[in-house]
Amino acid sequence: MSVYGPVVKIHPVVLASIGDSYERRNEGASRVIGTLLGTIDKHSVEVTNCFSVPHNESEDEVAVDMEFAKNMYELHKRVSPSEVIIGWYATGFDITEHSVLIHEYYSREATNPIHLTVDTALQSGKMNIRAYVSAQMGVPGKTVGVMFTPLSVRYVYYDTERIGVDLLQRTRVTPSRTKGLTSDLSQVASSASRVQDMLATVLSYIEDVLSGKVTADNSVGRFLMDLVNKVPTISAEDFETMLNSNINDLLMVTYLSNLTQAQIALNEKLRLRPTHYTAIHIYHC
Amino acid sequence: KGGKKKKKPSNNKPLMQTKNEHKSVVLKIIKHYQEEGQGSEVVQGVLLGLVVEDRLEITNCFPFPQHTEDDADFDEVQYQMEMMRSLRHVNIDHLHVGWYQSTYYGSFVSRALLDSQFSYQHAIEESVVLIYDPIKTAQGSLSLKAYRLTPKLMEICKEKDFTPEGLKKANIGFEHMFEEVPIVIKNSHLISVLMWELEDKSTVADKHELLNLSSSNHLEKSLQLLMDRVDDMSQDIVKYNTYSRNLSKQQQQKHQYLQRRQQENAQRQSRGEPPLPEEDITKMFKPPQPPPRMDTLLIAGQINNYCQNVKEFTSQTLGKLFMAEALQGHNN
Repeated sequence: MSVYGPVVKIHPVVLASIGDSYERRNEGASRVIGTLLGTIDKHSVEVTNCFSVPHNESEDEVAVDMEFAKNMYELHKRVSPSEVIIGWYATGFDITEHSVLIHEYYSREATNPIHLTVDTALQSGKMNIRAYVSAQMGVPGKTVGVMFTPLSVRYVYYDTERIGVDLLQRTRVTPSRTKGLTSDLSQVASSASRVQDMLATVLSYIEDVLSGKVTADNSVGRFLMDLVNKVPTISAEDFETMLNSNINDLLMVTYLSNLTQAQIALNEKLRLRPTHYTAIHIYHC
Repeated sequence: KGGKKKKKPSNNKPLMQTKNEHKSVVLKIIKHYQEEGQGSEVVQGVLLGLVVEDRLEITNCFPFPQHTEDDADFDEVQYQMEMMRSLRHVNIDHLHVGWYQSTYYGSFVSRALLDSQFSYQHAIEESVVLIYDPIKTAQGSLSLKAYRLTPKLMEICKEKDFTPEGLKKANIGFEHMFEEVPIVIKNSHLISVLMWELEDKSTVADKHELLNLSSSNHLEKSLQLLMDRVDDMSQDIVKYNTYSRNLSKQQQQKHQYLQRRQQENAQRQSRGEPPLPEEDITKMFKPPQPPPRMDTLLIAGQINNYCQNVKEFTSQTLGKLFMAEALQGHNN
């Protein structure tokens, strides 16, 4: 059996779900397992979804609720028909013998399943997220064993996911771990301040290079050239006209929408006044 | 100008003040739209969670599959039941607390939404509908809003009285249809550690969409939708105007008829003949059907929403333009 090393691309959704299901695990269970769903490419495997599967583990045996796994997969398939089972995950640091058994089951469901371990107990001081694929080893015909070869893990995001994750990163900072959603100009302001921070980092690097503290790196220099050239050099009048026309458009749109809102508010007021009909009705009574 | 004040015992609970949402829910909603709902279709799903004091906590969610033609006999209820049963096995809260929907440029105030939210709120008082705007999010800031129907609107929907008088009685304006519930995103410590790991390993975002200067595309589409709605509104108003004109004409006719009757009766009395029998006026002049006013309310609410979005967008773009000006000014 050939060992190939696809790159495992994980979406943050998966990690969040794994963390969540670990927190909700049954009493006495030291780890959680579940199925990974996603798509397979020629050189990479993209993990886009997952769900946890109840299982029991003791010293000598392990029982996984396969019926449940199948059911859940069917349900998920209804929503996203392009996702297939590509492997399974387990929380915890090591690969135990039970993992081998579970992996064997999953090999029946998918070709060459990926095994993902997420170290939620933080045994090594960091949360190690690793992926493995199994390979046969040993002497063919005689004792055959299974070896788990590690794969490289990368994180990929959709654009909107990236923005969601950025927002969630900021919840890390507040002490109560909560964050309201801001809107309007404050977002532009925070974006601008982030760009400012980045510029400050770049500037300090440049200062260091100039004063000789850090050796100049040509590739970084080229990036800096690109950066400076990105600000387009337009003549002042052209820029003024462009700016003014844009601002005029925006102001006109604002004026129109205010007008529309005033119109419907007026309509409301008229509607809620007693009509002609009601007045005559009272008269006839 | 007060509406009817009814104090029902079940309304003594304070209104839901804030909503705590767990991070995985946010990511799942984003992913669902990204994968399944390109274009102007909406994607929907169910929110699960629990109620804690005066907060509504949303801890999980699952998506609904799209309605396709070949799934004619697809049973939504069964899908939901199965999902919830399975989720219960893994200790996920299986209490329905609401549903979510994606929106296209902010157009979500529709009859369908009203009906669905009404049925949800009828069953579970604290349920909310979460509106996710993927286009605004792609522009740089997560746009997730939670809405509930106001108690007044709930009453109207319950009685199904959508005539002009009914709505007037309840004194509902389009601003009082939905109330927004503030959202707070909460993370557990474990998830925070996960986020550290992610940040460590992933590259810095190379696109800062929020500072993008191009605005005409978005403005065009928003204004197009706004114009469509205003057209709908004006048609509706024309309908209502014809109705009231017909009504008043009919009133006049009734009036004239009664007067003629009275004159005739007076003449007959003076001639000593028995008066003509009183005929049933209502059968002769059947009052025209008053048009339902719920649609007008919804359209007004939708227009309001569009205007709000447009204004927010223009204020952001103006800020960005001024920043660009400052940058350019430094260059020159």
